[in-house]
Amino acid sequence: MQLANKAAVIGVGDTDYTRDAGGRSALSLQLEAALKAISDAGIQARDIDGIVMPSPGGPVVAEELVTNLGIPDLRFSTGTPLGGAGPVAALQCAAAAVAAGICSHVLLTLGRTGRTGQRIGARIQQMPQFRIVGEFEAPSGALAPAQYYAPMARRHMAMFGTTSRQLAEIAVTTRQHAILNGNARMTTPLSIEDHQASRMIADPLRLFDCSLESDGAAAVVVSAADRARDLRRPRVLLAGMAEGHPDSPSAITQRADMTRLGLAKAAPRAFAMAGVTPADIDVAEIYDCFTYIVLCQLEDLGFCGKGEGGAFVEGGALGLKGRLPVNTHGGLLSQAHIAGMNHVVELVRQLRGEAGRAQVPDAEVGLVTGYGDLGDGTLAIMTRG
Amino acid sequence: MSQTMPGKPMPDPSPDTQPYWDGLAQGRLMLQRCADCGRIRHYPQPMCAACHSMATDWVEASGEATVHSWTVAHHPFHAAFRADLPYVLVTADLPEGVRLLAQLRDAEAEALRPGLKLRIGFEQNEAGLTLPVLRPATPG
Ligand SMILES: [Zn+2]
Repeated sequence: MQLANKAAVIGVGDTDYTRDAGGRSALSLQLEAALKAISDAGIQARDIDGIVMPSPGGPVVAEELVTNLGIPDLRFSTGTPLGGAGPVAALQCAAAAVAAGICSHVLLTLGRTGRTGQRIGARIQQMPQFRIVGEFEAPSGALAPAQYYAPMARRHMAMFGTTSRQLAEIAVTTRQHAILNGNARMTTPLSIEDHQASRMIADPLRLFDCSLESDGAAAVVVSAADRARDLRRPRVLLAGMAEGHPDSPSAITQRADMTRLGLAKAAPRAFAMAGVTPADIDVAEIYDCFTYIVLCQLEDLGFCGKGEGGAFVEGGALGLKGRLPVNTHGGLLSQAHIAGMNHVVELVRQLRGEAGRAQVPDAEVGLVTGYGDLGDGTLAIMTRG
Repeated sequence: MSQTMPGKPMPDPSPDTQPYWDGLAQGRLMLQRCADCGRIRHYPQPMCAACHSMATDWVEASGEATVHSWTVAHHPFHAAFRADLPYVLVTADLPEGVRLLAQLRDAEAEALRPGLKLRIGFEQNEAGLTLPVLRPATPG
């Protein structure tokens, strides 16, 4: 069975993104986002018959969504435990389920109280996928994602001449987009000089190379493409999807080429499924836990060659008037760290022409990536259908 | 609420990894080797990915290393490392075909470049855990 264009995203929703949701639970935030996505889709909560949770083991389980939304007959429930690659992996999983006829309308929600509840840095040591680095690297002082990923960025700099100012270009452009969004945590302009003056976190990564732990939630509804034709919003078709896992998935230290992510394996598969090339992409929402991760993914997606990412991002190339508009909502760097579910929501809005002041004119083909758990990569190519 | 300072993270060895930690306690970096095909692997795992044998023995690393990459920790992600900041974490290639992550001693990050020759040493931390460290092969 060929999965291309068999499923569509028919509804999206999100909460306000804040530093602190005032004591609201992750479940409460996810329910708010879910209701918005269901309403946006033009269906009823009782029509939901599938749930894919991108972060199983997180604070919310499918049963709680069933109980609160009053879902009478859930036929499919699973999860995609790939960290920040989970939301886009969940799109592929939901598409496969509706294409196979297992269920009709699949709800995906992700939300957390990242700052006030479970801080990312505190959780990571307890997660089984980090057991290896926890045993062998944490005792020496490698404790957090910034410290795991910084050697990848340093290696890229040493091999290819990539600079911190090039990483700054990504942070600056992303901030410009957040300012246009209206639902973003960071709303003051950022310059390359501001970036260069920001404190070092894990050299070469500075404060403004890092994303924002945030409170908030986002949700989407995926349905069979033929069932989506009569709904009130334009269909956004899932044209190509793929998931890729890096060599040495449990330890970046032991990865033969630490400048190559799992996305490098996934990208050719997703582009082939969609029947498009990087040159066809009008807008790209690229997982941006750190600026360097954007630069590396641009290479692994094939927008430029390995080692050419630094030059590619210079001169505002990722801006709305640049060669490839990237993270038009402000990303994890400046909108909020909702583990990339906010990237999925933004791509759908772009392809519907609902992205407000950050709308890319005539956006018809776009992509969204996920990245997580030390290098897992996911990619979905969507088209206005 | 009383504030107790958490200690540095300690390994929780499994039978597969215990010989590595026992080696460090004696000032030796021990690497796991497939007893059937001879392939060396790190970090320790129950199975050889090349031949699927679960028979293992252990060999002592030569002590040589070269720089692959590095980072300098400036932010205290863990309170117990605050007093150590800034510290340099080096990812080093070993001639045995695997890599080692260890803190740098007796040199600054500015001196590092890929391929620079290093030497493996050992240091006991305040919790009594012996960890590998890396020093320039040529002092100065
Ligand atoms: Zn073997």
